[in-house]
Amino acid sequence: MSTVTEIKTASEYWETEPHHHPEGASTSIGFWVYLMSDCLMFAVLFATFGVLRGNLAAGPGPKDLFDLSLVAVNTTMLLLSSITYGFAMLRMGAGDKSGTLRWLAITLFFGLCFLGIELYEFHHMIAEGAGPWRSAFLSSFFALVGTHGLHVTFGSIWLVTLMVQVSKFGLTSANQRRLTCLSLFWHFLDLIWIGVFTVVYLLGVI
Amino acid sequence: MAHSHNAHDGHHHGHGHGHDDHAHGSFKSYMTGFVLAVILTVIPFGIVMGGGFDSRALTIAVVVLCAVAQVLVHMIYFLHMTSSAEEGWTMLSTVFTVVIVVIMLAGSLWVMFHMNTNMMPQMSHELQVMP
Repeated sequence: MSTVTEIKTASEYWETEPHHHPEGASTSIGFWVYLMSDCLMFAVLFATFGVLRGNLAAGPGPKDLFDLSLVAVNTTMLLLSSITYGFAMLRMGAGDKSGTLRWLAITLFFGLCFLGIELYEFHHMIAEGAGPWRSAFLSSFFALVGTHGLHVTFGSIWLVTLMVQVSKFGLTSANQRRLTCLSLFWHFLDLIWIGVFTVVYLLGVI
Repeated sequence: MAHSHNAHDGHHHGHGHGHDDHAHGSFKSYMTGFVLAVILTVIPFGIVMGGGFDSRALTIAVVVLCAVAQVLVHMIYFLHMTSSAEEGWTMLSTVFTVVIVVIMLAGSLWVMFHMNTNMMPQMSHELQVMP
């Protein structure tokens, strides 16, 4: 029995060459796994906040600091940006490039409104002396809400990048894949915000 | 993803007005998700900003339940999660993440709560004993 025959037999039973997936076939599952790891990171920040929320160090507490009507406006902005991104995806599915770009621009507008209101809130708190250095409660508050805001910031940068990509190269399959990834990211951030406004703001004020 | 097979019906959709009852699939599901999300946001904000119920525990329970319901709404209508997406791997990784998150959150809060209640008096006692 020669070795050549053995190898030939083996290749009939299993693939000796790596088989090829179409480009981008594994992107959506890979991106989903990234989102899940991001979810774990937020869970750690939520746990930290949950543990430290009572440690005020005789500083201001949630009831002194939070303005729920501002948070309600902020929540509305993020929810609106989520649905307008959904409309952008529907336009993308229809192959409507200008419609996609229009809805993406509206999404960006709401996203920037959210960031503006959040920065105003942070500035207002810091100006009152309630910065992250004031107490463990405020450190964990700024870590959690700030990380979410940072995600929205990078999501907005990504959104602008993709708007330039789409306007230059059109709705190519690569751009459609990227827009789908960003849609998952954007909706995921809205999902995290549900946790933030419930745990941090509403439960803080009750 | 769920978006890809909407290419053929996308041209039926208008620019986000609810009159398009012919729409099947995504436009309708996005609007359903949006309306449900708005309702589930307005309820907890309304309750808390209105001063809450007499029972604090009931207020907390309702607010948390609304949040959990809204998370599910987002997962189904915005993230288009199904048990069959990516041959089930999406759902599997999600279930795994949820299990880890629940263990981590419940464990941290539980342990640290007991640390606070059990350790603190002892520490202040030691401080008193120390010269």
